Amino acid sequence: MKRTLFDKIWDAHVVETITAGPDILYIDKHLIHEVTSPQAFNELRERNIPILRPDKIVATADHNTPTENQHLPIKDLLSRNQLKQLSTNCEENNITLYGLGHPYNGIVHVMAPELGITQPGMTIVCGDSHTSTHGAFGTIAFGIGTSQVAQVFASQCLLVEKPKKLRVNVNGKLKNGVLPKDVILYLISKLGTNSGTGYFCEYAGNVFEEMSMEGRMTVCNMSIEMGARGGLIAPDETTFSYVEGREFAPKGVEFEKMKAYWKNLKTDEGAEFDKEYSFSAEDIEPMITYGTNPGMGIKLTEAIPLNQGNSDKKALEYMGFTEGESLIDKPINYIFIGSCTNSRIEDFRTAASYIKGKQKAANVNALIVPGSRQVAEQIKAEGLQSIFEEAGFSLRQPGCSACLAMNDDKIPAGEYCVSTSNRNFEGRQGQGSRTLLASPLTAAATAIAGKITNFTHNLN
Amino acid sequence: MEKFISLTDTAVPLEIENIDTDQIIPARFLKATDKAGFGENLFRDWRFNKEGNPNPDFNLNNKKYAGSILVAGDNFGCGSSREHAAWALKAYGFKVIVSSYFADIFKGNSLNNGLLPLQVSPEFLEKLFIAINSDASEKIHIDLENQLIKITSTGESEKFDIDPYKKNCMLNGYDDIDFLVSRKEAIQKFEDTKLQF
Repeated sequence: MKRTLFDKIWDAHVVETITAGPDILYIDKHLIHEVTSPQAFNELRERNIPILRPDKIVATADHNTPTENQHLPIKDLLSRNQLKQLSTNCEENNITLYGLGHPYNGIVHVMAPELGITQPGMTIVCGDSHTSTHGAFGTIAFGIGTSQVAQVFASQCLLVEKPKKLRVNVNGKLKNGVLPKDVILYLISKLGTNSGTGYFCEYAGNVFEEMSMEGRMTVCNMSIEMGARGGLIAPDETTFSYVEGREFAPKGVEFEKMKAYWKNLKTDEGAEFDKEYSFSAEDIEPMITYGTNPGMGIKLTEAIPLNQGNSDKKALEYMGFTEGESLIDKPINYIFIGSCTNSRIEDFRTAASYIKGKQKAANVNALIVPGSRQVAEQIKAEGLQSIFEEAGFSLRQPGCSACLAMNDDKIPAGEYCVSTSNRNFEGRQGQGSRTLLASPLTAAATAIAGKITNFTHNLN
Repeated sequence: MEKFISLTDTAVPLEIENIDTDQIIPARFLKATDKAGFGENLFRDWRFNKEGNPNPDFNLNNKKYAGSILVAGDNFGCGSSREHAAWALKAYGFKVIVSSYFADIFKGNSLNNGLLPLQVSPEFLEKLFIAINSDASEKIHIDLENQLIKITSTGESEKFDIDPYKKNCMLNGYDDIDFLVSRKEAIQKFEDTKLQF
């Protein structure tokens, strides 16, 4: 029987199949953070159930952390308490925690891959929908709710129905200035926000094969925005050389042994998918969203579509845009480069290469938030910090920050923010804020121009 | 977990598509470390204006509508995995959410909390909206055992799907933890023989 990459990993993790019911799926790595874990710890405590495999859990603090003065006590009492609970829960249960200030601290989906915790062929879960990010390594990785966090605590397993299989192929040559973020925003704009519901999505084609691991993570990260529980890309030499040598990756003979196994993790020729789509790389241009879901995206050069339904009209009203208008030259006062979608070193290198020698426009507040302490260190080591600072950008300490605005990094009501994050929902970046999703390059160009601009003619 | 067998009640219509979990419960309310108290902030930024006063245009504030059934537009619960969304809906008093489509994680979270995500066809959803809009006292009957939803005044009904395992959990108030813990031996055997990482 010909199998897909997804089948191969899934089958290797099925403990039992319940008749006319879900599978019991074994979980190799369970990542946790401060927001979606406390109620799960409480649940187990109340039911007197121990955590089965604490050594398979890694914790970080990211959602609710400040991006300034991380060495000081957190001012917000509720946030401080939530972080304290995470520390106590991890300590009591022998769980590794990379808390605030730890050299390995960072956004869960940035920190785990860069430490080599994420490896091909694994099953990975986290109480966060963007867990799909780890699929970039050829893993089955998906977000779970807090009840499921408790289930994994109790059994290292989950009861899950096997999802259907979807493949999205993109072949051809990407145009200058088109980044992985544009590719995924383009796909979601074409397929819609619920096209992937009930599916796991494999991304295939030379466009993904030629992408860096950072780029693949950006793509897989937003799989959930088209409704797919997860996305994945077959591991290859790019994957193996990224993983090799990282802190928690297998070493020496063990690495070679695993690599031999990882090489088999690809879809067999002729394996069947429940749904399949193909796109040409040449059709993709830098993208931007104009509405309140990630599917409401257009090319920078396009106008907002006409004849929209009632829900889309409501979205346009919220955004203060009208059907048929172009976004070019719209003044923008806020840009945010960060989040688990675009806060890796490559994102900052790309932004810095555009910004170098330029100044941000006077009207713009430009926020740069690295995904992890390690990325922050790299930004310094590579001299990007001075580029950002000289251009007037504010470089902060790592965390989820203005992606969901749980901390103080909020966009004021009514203001537009060109953001490299993943969701443009109403109020996502602060009550009344209006988010336009885009790539780090588009965000950087917006900051320099002070308005949305077609920057592609400025590229070399 | 609370059992769910059947229900006959009025419904609150929310004719909006793609209602995401950030609208159901905004991120700034996720700082709590227990499950209680989310109901008061359900749909916070739609329910209340900037000054904190109830927004009269929002159906949850419309005295005409009441009941433990929420009937919502397509693709309900998309976005974040926060289970706080299910806790907020439950705490507010909803027992069933009806839509023509649910996001995966939200659906699972609801089922794990005894809140029934009931998926109907787009045509039946339309009928529900028409029935509730023309008479807010319209009673909707939901029978989980027979997987049936009915508009009581007209008798129009539709069968709905639910995973048989999950149905059994809802009917009996079981949750997955008890089941998984009961499979400890099989899990141990898997770890002894098939573990790769």
